[in-house]
Amino acid sequence: MGGWAIAVHGGAGVDPCLPAERQEEARRVLSRCLKLGAAALQAGLTAVDVVEMVVRELETDPVFNSGRGSALTRRGTVEMEASIMDGRGRRCGAVSGLSTVKNPVSLARLVMERSPHSYLAFDGAEDFAREQGVETVDNSYFITEENVGMLKLAKEANSIMFDYRVPIPGVDSCSASAGLIGAKAEGGLQMNGLPISIYAPETVGCVVVDNNRWCAAATSTGGLMNKMSGRIGDSPLIGSGTYACDVCAVSCTGEGEAIIRSTLARDVAALMEYKGLSLQEAVDYAIKERLDEGKAGLIAVSRNGEVAYGFNTVGMFRGSATQDGFMEVGIW
Amino acid sequence: MGGWAIAVHGGAGVDPKLPEERQEEARRVLRRCLGVGAAGLRAGLSAVDVVEMVVRELETDPVFNSGRGSVLTQEGTVEMEASIMDGRGRRCGAVSGLTTVKNPVSLARLVMDRSPHSYLAFHGAEDFAREQRVEVVDNSYFITDENVRMLKLAKEANSIVVCEVDAIRLQSPADTCSASSTITDGGLHMNGLPISIYAPETVGCVAVDNGGWCAAATSTGGLMNKMSGRIGDSPLIGSGTYACGACAVSCTGEGEAIIRSTLARDVAALMEYKGLGLQEAVDYALKERLDEGKAGLIAVSRNGEVAYGFNTVGMFRGCATEDGFMDVAIW
Repeated sequence: MGGWAIAVHGGAGVDPCLPAERQEEARRVLSRCLKLGAAALQAGLTAVDVVEMVVRELETDPVFNSGRGSALTRRGTVEMEASIMDGRGRRCGAVSGLSTVKNPVSLARLVMERSPHSYLAFDGAEDFAREQGVETVDNSYFITEENVGMLKLAKEANSIMFDYRVPIPGVDSCSASAGLIGAKAEGGLQMNGLPISIYAPETVGCVVVDNNRWCAAATSTGGLMNKMSGRIGDSPLIGSGTYACDVCAVSCTGEGEAIIRSTLARDVAALMEYKGLSLQEAVDYAIKERLDEGKAGLIAVSRNGEVAYGFNTVGMFRGSATQDGFMEVGIW
Repeated sequence: MGGWAIAVHGGAGVDPKLPEERQEEARRVLRRCLGVGAAGLRAGLSAVDVVEMVVRELETDPVFNSGRGSVLTQEGTVEMEASIMDGRGRRCGAVSGLTTVKNPVSLARLVMDRSPHSYLAFHGAEDFAREQRVEVVDNSYFITDENVRMLKLAKEANSIVVCEVDAIRLQSPADTCSASSTITDGGLHMNGLPISIYAPETVGCVAVDNGGWCAAATSTGGLMNKMSGRIGDSPLIGSGTYACGACAVSCTGEGEAIIRSTLARDVAALMEYKGLGLQEAVDYALKERLDEGKAGLIAVSRNGEVAYGFNTVGMFRGCATEDGFMDVAIW
């Protein structure tokens, strides 16, 4: 094999009843971002430049849960986080608790390249953003009407399920939520404690291997719908939501708690490095063996130009392209 | 082997010229905390209860860089972070940006046990602390005169070291140190600061209990003179802290190096995926994963083994095992 390769995702865990127009819209955005990344790779840009560029596109587009279009905290605000890792040297940068930075992934890149630290959060990250002169906007810029509506539904769902960390036998809990017809219809599918029709997939991400076989990964998100302010998920955590090294690059999405305890992104690479598995074998093993009851998905590329996906959820918005001209976008 | 085992650390990267009284004081605190942990394990407490209890002791004592005695941010305040992981079920909890919570590790435990999330930070973590009614104090409680003095020295050192980030990455400490006339430690640096000013980063505890279950916890005030909002490796699961069926690990040292190496997870992954023994895995991780970074770690295995590793000059540490062995060391 060999040559460049790129994969993107827009989150794992998709409502099986998602209307066709929404599916089409998602596919369009994924295709557009993939083509952008592919063109850049054809032009010889480095992996880390390409992942940043593609994730910026995904953040700017309101369709997925990152940047504009982020899921809302329980206060109705947006708090974003992101991380980026350059497999070349295993350099990394991450940010959490952003409320005005237009492109979180770019601030994560600046943390990696222009600060003495690896991870900045909340007020400190916002201060750094201003020092660096990145584009900032009012928090309202990120909020879409759709997500305001979703937050309301999420609050209703949560007030019915009083401890959603405890696994609830699907059908019973759904019949208790009388107002949630959608939940009944979907047979109790849940993620992160919310019925799948309300659950907003968690993140966007991109992984790339460039012409020089360098891998890079980036992940960005608004986080969990109705989350407590200050809640940090897996997306900004190196080794959990994002990882890149010599052999591969990985970006994950799904139930944050499960991805963190599984150190999912690092594990894919460790399975290759320490157990000698190939990319797809490592992806399959990690999803199957490391998550226990957790639901998640991931995209990965290897230095050899291979692409792999894995998910144990119903669906994951994704796409990939390789130098030989192959391109595909998928949801299920 | 088998039986319970416990290890503690008070940070890697020690000033070779640390005065004897300070060394003795550190050993005393480590011995005391080890004793508390060993008693807990003997009494049949679970590993996760023991690591929380021991780290609370380390946080409360002002000697090490966590809780009271934490190093200061560039603004002269304290911002603390911690994480805890129960190998039984690989459950975890973490907190960052705490300014009033007396025992950060206990809040991390509550995040794990009583919140729907794994990691809470800054205002959100402080709000959660109040909801959970943990003990809170004024930020000044955590600040010691010694750390105020150290912050001043750190600011002076940074103004002399013109581009500390690149200088350290290129590992040319000798040149930068001769520029800092007040510092004669022979060029040893960690995290961009001469070793005489650098305050070891963290405290931590790992334990395996009578049931063979492992747990780990790490707590810190972070990096001296850090930017407010800077998060290090200590609250990051897989980097500073990790526990699973096979082992438990707590790391300390240069946060950036520990994060990019996912050091704590790697020790366990080397055991699980490469079949290495505990000490082999510790040695391999330190040797192969850190590149130019400086760090140390403590680890225990489900079989009652204890291991240390560090590529720094010194690491404050101690361990005890069920057969009566106990050891405290710095170098």
